[in-house]
Amino acid sequence: MAFHSNSISPPPSPLAPLPKGEGRNPFAPSALEKHKKIKETAAQWVLAAITLMLVVPVAAILGYLFVKALPVLSFSFLFDNPANRMTAGGIWAPLVGTFFLVLISLAAAAPIGILAGVYLNEYARDNWITRSINLAVMNLAGVPSIVHGLFGVGAFVLFAGMGRSLLAASCTLAVMTLPVIVTSTREALAAVPMSFREACWNMGATRWQTIRTIVLPNSISGILTGVILQVSRAAGETAPILFTGAVFFMPTPPHGWESFFPYGLDDYCMALSMHLFTLATQVRGVSDEYLYGTAVVLVGLVLVVNSASIVLRGYLRSRKKW
Amino acid sequence: MSNARTAVKTSNTRRPGVAWRVVLDRAEPLIEWIIRLCGWSAIFFVFAIFFFVFWEAVPALFGGVNLIEFFTSTRWQPSSEVRPEYGILALLVGTVSVTALAMAIAVPLGLGAAVFISEFCSGKLKEILKIVIELLAAIPSIVWGFVGYMVLGPIIIWATGAAVGVNLLNGGIILALMSVPIIVSVGEDALKAVPDSYREAALSLGASRWEIVYRVLFPAAKNGLLAAVLLGVGRAIGETMAVLMCTGHAVQIPHGLLDPICTLTATIASELGESVSGGMHYSVLFMIGLVLFLITFAVNLAADLVVKGVRNEQR
Amino acid sequence: MSLRFNLILFCLLLAVLACGCDRSRENSVAIRNEGSDTMVNIAQAWAEQYNQKHEDVSVQVLGGGSGVGIASLIDGNCDMANTSRKMKPDEMKIVREKRGDEPKEFIVGYDALAIYVHKRNPLESISMEELADLYGEEGKLTKWFELGVPVGTLGTDKIIRINRQSGSGTYFYFRKAVLGKGKDMKLGSIGANGSKDAVSLVSRTPAAIGYSGMGYATDDVKILKVSRRRGEPGVAPTVANARSGAYPITRPLRIYTIGEPAGPVKEYIDWILSPEGQEIVLQLGYVPMESNE
Repeated sequence: MAFHSNSISPPPSPLAPLPKGEGRNPFAPSALEKHKKIKETAAQWVLAAITLMLVVPVAAILGYLFVKALPVLSFSFLFDNPANRMTAGGIWAPLVGTFFLVLISLAAAAPIGILAGVYLNEYARDNWITRSINLAVMNLAGVPSIVHGLFGVGAFVLFAGMGRSLLAASCTLAVMTLPVIVTSTREALAAVPMSFREACWNMGATRWQTIRTIVLPNSISGILTGVILQVSRAAGETAPILFTGAVFFMPTPPHGWESFFPYGLDDYCMALSMHLFTLATQVRGVSDEYLYGTAVVLVGLVLVVNSASIVLRGYLRSRKKW
Repeated sequence: MSNARTAVKTSNTRRPGVAWRVVLDRAEPLIEWIIRLCGWSAIFFVFAIFFFVFWEAVPALFGGVNLIEFFTSTRWQPSSEVRPEYGILALLVGTVSVTALAMAIAVPLGLGAAVFISEFCSGKLKEILKIVIELLAAIPSIVWGFVGYMVLGPIIIWATGAAVGVNLLNGGIILALMSVPIIVSVGEDALKAVPDSYREAALSLGASRWEIVYRVLFPAAKNGLLAAVLLGVGRAIGETMAVLMCTGHAVQIPHGLLDPICTLTATIASELGESVSGGMHYSVLFMIGLVLFLITFAVNLAADLVVKGVRNEQR
Repeated sequence: MSLRFNLILFCLLLAVLACGCDRSRENSVAIRNEGSDTMVNIAQAWAEQYNQKHEDVSVQVLGGGSGVGIASLIDGNCDMANTSRKMKPDEMKIVREKRGDEPKEFIVGYDALAIYVHKRNPLESISMEELADLYGEEGKLTKWFELGVPVGTLGTDKIIRINRQSGSGTYFYFRKAVLGKGKDMKLGSIGANGSKDAVSLVSRTPAAIGYSGMGYATDDVKILKVSRRRGEPGVAPTVANARSGAYPITRPLRIYTIGEPAGPVKEYIDWILSPEGQEIVLQLGYVPMESNE
């Protein structure tokens, strides 16, 4: 946008009387214009300072966490199981727990979410049903995470008889993260030009054939972005899994491959976010480095996943030809 | 790209794999129904959430708890042996006060940053700032809680001389940082939605960029900005783990910024695990969940209506 | 736990290499042990140690709280429930109704609840009466100078009470031991989310006072001596004092089973009560049972 260049000030008003005297520049800004310019510059700096106030403290905090965590961050911190009553060893078991939670919730939420996005963008007419679906998606995104946890207790743990388990926790996460996938799928589909669909329909293809062969392949990048965002959201949440499956500690066999993948679907599981909470509030004799290390791994995981989605989005956007 | 190639694929009947494609085409009515069901699932889930939370709250709603006392008493003594009391007024006030404080911090910061990113930046800087804001939104709430608990608490004691570091101020700052990204991104969208012709008209009349922002953009985008604030409020009310760790979890009406408080969400998170499953305390916690659900529903509905107002205006 | 789907294979299943397999090892025994967060440390230590000696027995330890453990025991989800409080009469009734058997209680050690203050706090001892005055609903004690701490030493004169979240086993025990039966805690105290949380809040809050198991002590906090009455000399929470009953806030750590335990569960409990198991209790900062030898 043209008016974003900083250097050009608005030209002096032609109605203003020309300054008299030989030495004066006829284009010099009037007092009013000077005043405006000062105000504008001030506003710009204040707003820049506000933005910095958001970014800098957070960067400082993350840096602080990282520095505090440095002494424990190592290969074995990631890949060892917690040992010696969680005061030594690493965070492999909670890491795997988070991985499984994310994977299963993704397996449940992705198909439903993507198809719901397809429905909203391709099938739904502008009527009250569609409006209430949109409202419901927005509300689902706005329901507090702890209420999702309560829902998980009522629906999955008690009603569906899953008990407190990995499966129940994953289902709760799936419901919670559904709107993320729905919204981004809908946006991705909306970005596919209408002319693509019209061209396909003119060839005699049905609605579903068009979606399958034209719309979905052309919007896969946007859908993938949504899926990745779901992953990062599910990985970081604590409240929904607090009462539906995540526990304080799960014993892991000392050796054998079960020590690498310690969970069954009907088992309790550990999760990284929950692990951080228990280490901070309940486990005796944990050195602070362990806490910071766990926090850094959790933040790092989420940020890496998010950056991946941003990079992917940028890459695929640059390849778009329309 | 793939449109040309796939079009060829569908018309070329001799290529392998045609069988399942035929199946996929034949199954169109079925698939359309599946898609329709998935589309409606969001409504289903919202009702299911309401229903299941309500179901578990039934023992408390009908028979256990006096609703007037529930909303007006500040006495939260759920595990008393003599006379358990379930008054959530102090918790409500806690939630409201921490949300209000968070918004008092987050709204100026968030809208300022939105204006800066949308109107005063361009090119690379704009892209970078948007990405940074997006990443900020991704930091898990438990990490924010941890930061408030371990880092901000001692800083608050040091800076203000407060008696205790986990308090209203701590929770407010952390919640503000958590809800700023949503305010920035929705607010920026709202500013972007204002047609460029407005800006050009103002510029041609000799307005400076700052005058454009507060004379033209703010009035034009006010509904979108209001929606951004409401969504931030929704986020702040529903936040659980961060407030659980940062606010001190003390059942009392706060008298100042440095008093510890207790919120609705934190109460559920900290007490559900210890309450006897099916008991009255348990049921009352679900009732609090119901209250939270209704509050956030109302806030989101308001945001939705406000946004709809924008669309109607622009039409 | 009879049929466990391997989750990693579940991933492969997604890649159309479906495989579910039964992973229960025939010649191994699993004991499920669930309950109190106070005891989860020690239960884990027992489990780790026992597994080293008896490779064929794996003990799974889960926290969640005393109430969770008992609920789980009633539903048959675990073999042993750890609790830091006594089973309530109505819980016992449910056990009898649902399982048709009496719950059996084992006392496996003691935990002395220590009173913690910040290390800058000059206070050395406190009486049970003062504690009741401080935490109890009718109590009037709110200022440090009333306890003899000079004004100004702690930044503020207000006593910041650190409590546990309402409903936890430790909360119940402390309320009963300090306030007596049928009394309620004063509202407005900070609710710590765990035993460690209580201590670490005290360590970062100069004007705070809190209670937690004596095993959670760190270098940043000071443990107060406790006397039964105002003016009497205080007793420090030590193993000897807790055992002799001189320290007033000592609670037994209990394990409940349904009916008389048999087989591996019995062997495990016997081992816990043996000197070897009790040695671990001591190492973790709890109080072991009086040895019979």
